[in-house]
Amino acid sequence: MVAPPVGRADDQTQSHPTAPVSRPDRAARPGPLVSAAVAIVVAATLIPLGYVAWAAVSIGWTKAYHLVVRPRVGELLFNTVALVVITVPLCVVIGVGVAWLVERTDLAGRAFWRPLFVAPLAVPAFVNSYAWVGVIPSLHGLWAGVVVSTLSYFPFMYLPVAATLRRLDPAIEESARALGSNSAGVFFRVVLPQLRLAILGGGLLIGVHLLAEYGAFAMVRFDTFTVAIFQQFQVTFDGAAGSMLAGVLVLLCLALLVAEALARGRARFSRVGSGAPRAATPIRLGRNVITGQVALAALAVLALGVPVWTLLRWLWIGGADVWVFDDIVTALGQTIGLATVAAVLTTVLAFPVAWVAVRSSGLLARAVEGANYVTSSLPGIVTALALVTVTIHLAPPLYQSITLIVFAYVLLFMPRALVNVRAGLAQVPPSLEEASRSLGSSPAATFLRVTLRLTAPATAAGASLVFVAVATELTATLLLAPTGTSTLSMRFWSLSSELDYAAAAPYALVLVVLAVPVTLVLFRQSTKVAAL
Amino acid sequence: MRRGWSRIAALVSVLAVVLGATACSGSEDKNELLIYNAQHESLTKEWIDAFTKETGIKVSYRQGGDTELGNQLIAEGEASPADVFLTENSPAMAAVERAGLFADLNADTIGQVPAQYRPASGKWTGVAARTTVFVYNKAKLQPDQLPKSLLDLEQPKWKGRWGAPPAKADFQAIVAALLQLKGDAATAQWLAGMKANAAIYNDNIATLKAVNAGEVDGGVIYHYYWFRDQAKTKEMSGNTALYYFRNQDPGAFVSLSGGGVLKSSRKADKAQQFLKFITGKAGQEVLEKGDSFEYPVASGVPANPALAPLADLQAPALDPSTLDAQKVTDLMTKAGLL
Repeated sequence: MVAPPVGRADDQTQSHPTAPVSRPDRAARPGPLVSAAVAIVVAATLIPLGYVAWAAVSIGWTKAYHLVVRPRVGELLFNTVALVVITVPLCVVIGVGVAWLVERTDLAGRAFWRPLFVAPLAVPAFVNSYAWVGVIPSLHGLWAGVVVSTLSYFPFMYLPVAATLRRLDPAIEESARALGSNSAGVFFRVVLPQLRLAILGGGLLIGVHLLAEYGAFAMVRFDTFTVAIFQQFQVTFDGAAGSMLAGVLVLLCLALLVAEALARGRARFSRVGSGAPRAATPIRLGRNVITGQVALAALAVLALGVPVWTLLRWLWIGGADVWVFDDIVTALGQTIGLATVAAVLTTVLAFPVAWVAVRSSGLLARAVEGANYVTSSLPGIVTALALVTVTIHLAPPLYQSITLIVFAYVLLFMPRALVNVRAGLAQVPPSLEEASRSLGSSPAATFLRVTLRLTAPATAAGASLVFVAVATELTATLLLAPTGTSTLSMRFWSLSSELDYAAAAPYALVLVVLAVPVTLVLFRQSTKVAAL
Repeated sequence: MRRGWSRIAALVSVLAVVLGATACSGSEDKNELLIYNAQHESLTKEWIDAFTKETGIKVSYRQGGDTELGNQLIAEGEASPADVFLTENSPAMAAVERAGLFADLNADTIGQVPAQYRPASGKWTGVAARTTVFVYNKAKLQPDQLPKSLLDLEQPKWKGRWGAPPAKADFQAIVAALLQLKGDAATAQWLAGMKANAAIYNDNIATLKAVNAGEVDGGVIYHYYWFRDQAKTKEMSGNTALYYFRNQDPGAFVSLSGGGVLKSSRKADKAQQFLKFITGKAGQEVLEKGDSFEYPVASGVPANPALAPLADLQAPALDPSTLDAQKVTDLMTKAGLL
C-alpha cells in the first residue's frame, strides 16, 4: 500500500510557512449544497465506528466481555503491540539514518540513493512477504512480521525526514557548533528535535499500516488482530467474535492517534525570519564513508533486491506457462477499472470536504477535521466488515455489488485524496477567485477556471495515490468483491495461498509495475515541498 | 465557460464508460445458474464445463470457503441469488439445512447416491469424499512411533511435533466429527491439547510442506493434497508417507463434500439437473479420471486406482447432517485457536 508520506495536511501547512495562507471567514461560508455534501461524506466515514459500537451493544455486555477478555485476545494484543513497538522505532532508526546519510553527508552517489529508498513503496507489503517466504520458506511469527514490515514501510519515515532535513536552516546548527557542540551533540540536540513532526507523522503512518495489514502477515503465519478478524470472517461470516476483535482493533487505532497527538504537543517548528536558508554544507564522513556505503547497499539489497530477485526467479521457473494472458488481462482490466472509478470519485468528493476544511472555521470544519483524522487510521478489515453487516441487514441489494466496493474504497482512501487536495486548495489565494467573480464569472465558472486549474497538480497526485491504493488493496476487496470479480491482488492472493508461487509471480510483477509511476510522483512531490 | 463545461462532460462520460465496463464484467446473466462454490475451483470448473457441454446451460460461481459461504447464505436467507451450494465438507451444508434453506433433492439424484454418502433428510447429498490422514516425515517418525488415535495428539509428548490448519473448514469438519463421536468435554480437552502442542498453518498445503521440510514430525490433513503432489513433482511430499488411523477412530473420519439446491432458487429445475449431473456417471468420472484425487461416492464409479479403497478405511459412521459447525467454531474460539 502506498500512502501520503508527508503526514497530514496540518503538518504541511505548519511546515512551510512561506506558502500563501488562506484567510478563514473571509472567503465564504459553505452554501447549503456544499454543507450537505460534506455532512454526508463525514457521516459515511463514521459508519465503521458506528458498526463497532452497534455490534458491542447488540451482542450484549456479558457476551461481549467474554469475547474480549480471553487468552486469544491477549495473544493477539501481545503480537500486535509488540509488532508496533518493535517496528516503528526500527523504521525511525533506519529512516532517519538513511535520510541523514543521503542528505547531509558527502557520501558518493547521493543522487542515486535518494530515489532508490522510496522505491520499496512500489512493492506491496504482501508481495514483499511472498518474496521473503520464497527465500526462507520456514520464516514465520513475530520476527518475520517485523522484518517484512520494516523493509516495506521504512520509506514512510525516510521520505518526510529527508524532506525536512533538506529545508532545515543550517544557521541553527552552526550556532550550536560555535557554542561548542560536537557533531553528535548537534545531531541529537539540534537536528533531531527539529525532525520531531516528520518522525511522528511517519511513525503514525507506519503504525496505521501495521494495524491494517493482512496479506503480509497471513503469509508468514503471524497473527495480528487484522489476521484474526479475517479468519473469524472466513469461519463465521458475520459473527460476534469477529466484531468484538474489530472493536479492540479500533481502540488500538485510537490509542495510536492519541499517543501521536500527545507526543506532537504544541511546539512550533517553523523558521522565523525573512529570506531563504542556505543549503547545508555536507558533513565529511572520512573513513566512515565505507561503513555508510555498505549500510545503504545492504538495506537496498534487503528491501529491493530480495523482492526483485525472488520475482525474477519465480518468473524464470514458471517460464511461459505462468503467463495465462486471458486471466491476467481480465484481472488487469478489472483492477484498472475499479481503481480509476474509485480514484476519480474519491477525488471529486474530496473537493467539497477540503474546501470546507480550508476556507471555513465553523463546527462543520472541525467535524471534517476530526472524522478524517480518525478514519485515516481505520483498517480496511473494519470498514469492510461494517459494510457487509450494514448492507446485509439494511440494503441487501447493495451487498456484493460494484457500488459497494467502490464506496468502500472511497471511505478507505478519502484521507489520502484529502491531504493532497487540501494542500493544493490552501495555496489558492482567495483574492484570485474574488477577482474572477468581480469580473462577472459565476461561482461555477470561477471554480473551474481558477480554483480547479490551480489545484490540478495536487489533485492529480491525490488521485494517483488513491489509484495505487485501490489497485494493491487486498483485505476489503476479498470481503466485498462481487461475484465474478478478479483483481490482480485477488488473483495473486489466491494463487500464492495455494503455494503456487510461480503462477502468482506475473500478477505480482504487474502490481509492482502499476505502482512505480505513483512512487515517482511521491518522490517528486517530496523534493518539491523542500524547494518551497 | 464553455471549455470548462465540456471538460466536466468529458470527465463524466469517461466515468460512466468505466463504471459501465466494470459493472458489466461483474453482472450475471439472468439465465445462468449461480453456484456458491466452496469446492476447489478447478474441480467445480471441470464439472461446470462438462455440464454446460451436455445441457447448454451456462453456470457462474462465487468462490469462497465452506463456512464463509454457508453463513453468507444464512445471512442472505430467502433473498440469496444462489441456486446451488457446493462445499468441501458437511458442516456448512448441515448449517444451511438447519436454517431451512434447502429444497428437497429430486428422487433420481438421491437414487444415485448410496445411503452412507448422504444425510437421511434428503435435503442435500454427498458429491465427493475425502479422508482424514496423518502425514508424517519418514526421517522423523518410524511406523511404530505413530499415534494410535487422533486423540493421542493431545498428549504432552507430541508438543511441537505436529501441525494442522485450524482456520480451515477442512480441519473444522474433523473436529465436528470428533465432537459428534466423543462429546463436548473430550473435544474441548483435545482442542486445549492442540493449542499447546500443534504448529498452526494456514492450510493443508502449508501443513504438508512443513512436514515435508521436517519443521514438524507429522500433520493432520486430507488425503488428496498428498496424492496430487505425488502425481506431480513430489516437491512438497517426497519425504513423507500417509498413515490412516482406521478402527472407526475420529481420525479415520471421511468427510463428504456436499451439494444442495436452494429453496429460494428461481431456476430450481436447472439446479436439480446440475446436482443430478454431478452425482451421475459423467460427473463422478471427473473424480475418478481427473487430477482432483477426491473419492467418487455415487453411480458406482470407482476411485482413482492410486487411492486406497474408501471401503477399507474403517471410517466411523456419522450422519453428516448432525455435524455442528457453529459449536465447533465456539469450542475452537474458546480454545484460542480462532
